[in-house]
Amino acid sequence: MTRHKHNRWDGRRRWLRWALITPYLWLTLFFLAPFIIILKISFADPIMALPPFTPLIDWAASGLDRIQVTLDNYMFVFADRYYATIYLNSVKIAAIATLITLLIGYPMAYFIAQQPSGRRNLLLLGIILPFWISFLLRVYAWMGLLSSQGIINNLLLSIGIIDKPLTLLYNDFAVYVGLVYSYLPFMILPLYANLEHLDLDLNDAAADLGARNWQVFLDITLPLSTPGIIAGCLLVFIPGMGEFIIPALLGGSDTLMIGRALWDEFFINRDWPVASAVSIVLLLILVLPMMWFQRSQIRQSGESA
Amino acid sequence: MTADTTGSTTPGIDYTDTPWLDPEARPLVQLRGLTKRYDDVAAVANVDLEIFAGELFAILGGSGSGKTTLLRMLAGFERPTEGQILIDGVDMTSVAPYDRPINMMFQSYALFPHMTVEQNVAYGLKKERINKAEIRERVDKMLDLVKLGKLAKRKPNRLSGGESQRVALARALVKRPKLLLLDEPLAALDKKLREHTQFELMNLQDDLGITFVIVTHDQEEAMTLATRIAVMNSGSFAQVGTPREIYEYPCNRFIADFVGNINLLDAEVISSADHRVHLRCDAAGAELVALLDNPGDEPPPAGARRCVAIRPEKIFIDKEPPSANDRTILKGIVLDLGYFGNLSIYRVQLPSGMVLQVSAQNRRRSATRALEWDDEVYVSWDIASAILLSE
Repeated sequence: MTRHKHNRWDGRRRWLRWALITPYLWLTLFFLAPFIIILKISFADPIMALPPFTPLIDWAASGLDRIQVTLDNYMFVFADRYYATIYLNSVKIAAIATLITLLIGYPMAYFIAQQPSGRRNLLLLGIILPFWISFLLRVYAWMGLLSSQGIINNLLLSIGIIDKPLTLLYNDFAVYVGLVYSYLPFMILPLYANLEHLDLDLNDAAADLGARNWQVFLDITLPLSTPGIIAGCLLVFIPGMGEFIIPALLGGSDTLMIGRALWDEFFINRDWPVASAVSIVLLLILVLPMMWFQRSQIRQSGESA
Repeated sequence: MTADTTGSTTPGIDYTDTPWLDPEARPLVQLRGLTKRYDDVAAVANVDLEIFAGELFAILGGSGSGKTTLLRMLAGFERPTEGQILIDGVDMTSVAPYDRPINMMFQSYALFPHMTVEQNVAYGLKKERINKAEIRERVDKMLDLVKLGKLAKRKPNRLSGGESQRVALARALVKRPKLLLLDEPLAALDKKLREHTQFELMNLQDDLGITFVIVTHDQEEAMTLATRIAVMNSGSFAQVGTPREIYEYPCNRFIADFVGNINLLDAEVISSADHRVHLRCDAAGAELVALLDNPGDEPPPAGARRCVAIRPEKIFIDKEPPSANDRTILKGIVLDLGYFGNLSIYRVQLPSGMVLQVSAQNRRRSATRALEWDDEVYVSWDIASAILLSE
């Protein structure tokens, strides 16, 4: 009897172990391994071959022959003004799009969080609903809306507000529209999750102590929703920074973003080492400030905790 | 404090501690026909109440009795469906919470987690746009009063339950409100701390002279703290009175049963002479005598159903029959007994099968029990101790 129990418990433990290992396995296979490969390529020289880069380690019959590491790709990326411009422009576009998304998303999340629970779920469903349609299709739909022969221009022309079509497509404006539209749910959902958990007693307490509604918002709700704001902004800023499809389809030829530069290096110039260096630098641009931020957060909560 | 109660001018009688008895006193809080309905269900129904300056008034009720709704209407978080709230004679019914001279201490304490203790306490003063030096001074003084000076720079998540409670209290008191509302102020504290805090609260209230309204489900808390108690049941007041009045002179069966322990004996009136009422209780298989509380009261007619209620501690238990006059004496056996250190609780079964609860002080230090299970005992009580209730 006890023996039987023991076996069953053992089985469960083995199962638990697999359940714990799976995420690590997943991350190693699909995140760490590709990252190491890209890192490796970024230190190689381009050659006309398949694959189009030199191996880092040469193996001779006797064993290790030589290790060939070059920093040329990084020198190239840092020296060329073109890349600096592209990085800056990507940061600018992603940052402005994040800010607009926050300004639109916060009131929406706030409104949803204040509804009775039945209506809340319905509204959340509405936020998630666009995901049922292919992302590419939705971006194409915006082309239909924004083009000079598009629905918006036709509508404005027929009302008589304008007498010749506005240039809404193939410029930065269209990229902002596309980014804000596509990433709005990623802003709303973490904000909603945060706002929904806020203790309403705190609002009452502030009002009781003499705060008007707007003061309650500024003094209590806003500071307490910073975790939600940060999560939402990261979820919009990071993918927005490396976004390829939206600037490619909606942007003009002068809309320089890093996603497009990467595409060009990989597939047009076929310079994999430089492309890899570009993406490693992008990663650093994104990860280093986040690590710094997280450390300061831990230090701050360490002071108060 | 006495400035508000003009009653002290009445010659001969000092109403300082009992302003509600003073015919000339002007109440601080007046509720007139206060009603709150949610979808036609009345959470608070037609409540009239007067609370006087300096009182420590308790609203006692079970969950769903409407006590919290009443408190939230006083604070201004809920708008009454009908009726009026007057503070110092001024109609406050539709005044927003931030404009009321009332502050509240929340059951959850509702401390702002992103602010230090000091910032929490200063928050209400900052909203009043008081100058910084005065804010500092008042906050420091208040923190000293509640013995939190050392914790001024702490965040709420590093405070114990008792400390949080004191911060919440300080935050509300520093505004010097005319009225402080306390929602279950001691519910989150453990027993020892609760008893200690009870007396701190009473002292603080006495020192500051601020009128307190406490909402609680804990009758012991209400009994020890309050000058007067309003017992609330399904949206209205079942009785309003001093703790002693509520306990010793409950006005109906609900109150008698709700507050403290009590034995309820349903009986039929046989006859009444003067203010003595003779009753027949079939359940106890005995005849009972009870007195009308006011000799002038109309005695109940013969055949009327009444309830005779008797508190466990008013019942005397012994193996020998008592000899005193004017006592109701019944015989029974000890069904159950419980030893609580300071007192013992007995459950005595009468020959009819009815069980009475009796409690007795353990006056003598003794290692052995005076009474054992199945002992034959006499239970008796002074007829003046029995409460006569209409059913």
